[in-house]
Amino acid sequence: MRNWLLPEYIEDVLPAEAARIEQLRRRLLDLFRSHGYQLVIPPLMEYVESLMTGTGHDLDLATFKVVDQLTGRLMGVRADITPQTARIDAHMLNAQGVSRLCYAGSVARTQPDGLAQTREPLQVGAELYGHAGVESDIEIQRLLVKALQAAGVQDLHIDFSHVGIFGSLIGQGRVSDALEQQLYGVLQSKDQSALRALAVDLDADTREALCSLTELNGDISVLDAAARRLPASAEISQALQDLRQIGEQIASLGVQVSFDLAELRGYHYHSGTVFAAYAQGYAGPLALGGRYDEVGLAFGRARPATGFSLDMRGLVTALPPAVLARGIVAPQGIDAALLLKIDQLRAAGEIVIQELPGHAEHRAELDCDRELVLGEQGWQVVQIAAAGNAAAVL
Amino acid sequence: MITIALSKGRIFEETTPLLAAAGIVALENPESSRKLILPTNCDDVRLIIVRATDVPTYVQHGAADIGIAGKDVLDEHGGAGLYQPLDLNIARCKMMVAVREGFDYQGSIRRGARLKVVTKYVKTAREHFAAKGMHVDLIKLYGSMELGPLVGLADAIVDLVSTGGTLRANHLQAVEEISAISSRLVVNQAAFKLKRERLQSIMDAFARAVNAG
Repeated sequence: MRNWLLPEYIEDVLPAEAARIEQLRRRLLDLFRSHGYQLVIPPLMEYVESLMTGTGHDLDLATFKVVDQLTGRLMGVRADITPQTARIDAHMLNAQGVSRLCYAGSVARTQPDGLAQTREPLQVGAELYGHAGVESDIEIQRLLVKALQAAGVQDLHIDFSHVGIFGSLIGQGRVSDALEQQLYGVLQSKDQSALRALAVDLDADTREALCSLTELNGDISVLDAAARRLPASAEISQALQDLRQIGEQIASLGVQVSFDLAELRGYHYHSGTVFAAYAQGYAGPLALGGRYDEVGLAFGRARPATGFSLDMRGLVTALPPAVLARGIVAPQGIDAALLLKIDQLRAAGEIVIQELPGHAEHRAELDCDRELVLGEQGWQVVQIAAAGNAAAVL
Repeated sequence: MITIALSKGRIFEETTPLLAAAGIVALENPESSRKLILPTNCDDVRLIIVRATDVPTYVQHGAADIGIAGKDVLDEHGGAGLYQPLDLNIARCKMMVAVREGFDYQGSIRRGARLKVVTKYVKTAREHFAAKGMHVDLIKLYGSMELGPLVGLADAIVDLVSTGGTLRANHLQAVEEISAISSRLVVNQAAFKLKRERLQSIMDAFARAVNAG
């Protein structure tokens, strides 16, 4: 029995990678904090009823489930922290105005997911509740751009869509739920031939408008084309106007901006602008977000909401390796001057490792480039001599 | 750089005119070359030659930006992370259920018999029979499915049928069409956003060639 093997798509994060992820986590949470986003730490598991309402609606099969030994009820290991944050905003904080929340933690998925193809993504995100206008969308999107720039992502590209356009085209109740589901599926893969076949019983205008969604992608000129090709309705023109305002503001941050009106990811719970971040070196989106105004209703209080989240394991895959600080090795001993010097160095941010007896020959494994030696002026840091070179006093 | 994933044989042959319409000509023939990466007359386009079933995988993970894959292969793969914007109408055939000549397929369904089915297309077969409400035992094979009913391994096969020649030669008959198959252009999601202009020009040229043909 090889009992050290882990399940598929579940992995340890070893020191070099862990340092890189932790550096990123701190940088992102500090950035969110400076923008007024308060950290919350929701539980790893809770009853499936609250995990799978609202944004969690699509997550049933993705969620690991266990029976609560105290109550016999079914609990789920969270597959997404967003619904938990929405629950906190709706019921725990009871803010009447705007609340800004952020989080960082592991989630579990039954199937491997995302850029890192892992079943345990490390999700980081920020959510803004209580404001319905385009201004809060822009605030969240600017924060995403800043977060990815702070992470060191180059050549950032943000792709926008608006789920209200598809909703307006198929109308309330004009299309059966089953057909709506199928239309949504083929639009996601831009499969125009399948879309035409599915939409054969719809009126010609609706059919053509749905097919044109698969072609309405590209730079900001897409919005003009959409205004010409899609039927005139207050909902659609408002959506296009919002997208234009968002696109102009986000483009001014120096990132590439594009639009793709067939992107309906999370259509079941998103209610307005949705967006995804792409960059060179990543085979898929590295962050996803959007507006989900109706979700709080499931928790008894409908609150406008917009936010984004990303998987840090996926994000670091194309980032340069972290430069790891190397340490100082100190000899074993209880000499007061030695211990004082070690404390001073540690307080100044250095890594100081006191050698334990019997491990002198394993010193190289400590990954230290300097050592503490007792010289004429007391304890001093010197470069560890490479083979053959004399030690230099720093 | 645009990387296009193709498989050898029929798909490569029928794709060559489409590539030519986009101004792309392979500088080597994959049938005679042992290279797996083929340069083209365009400095910014290269072809990679992979197994047909692997095309969606290469494109999904971004190892290729676009690829050409049969609908049969895409249905088995599931299509996650891929756009399928264009039906190229090439390499056309049908996914069929076939049985030994003289085998009463409809009668066994009516009797509620639990059929043994051999196929390479396990997901497609499972979904088809589930939709019909039939109980089947699926046996996965990697080739020569036609042998299954002849040697008593199975009652039926699920496989691609293009002319029906192999079925006839082995005394099998097609009894049910599952779906019409043709090759699709598949595009990696990130490449679609990041390399849009170049890919769009290739996709437009393909679409014009398909509509003209």
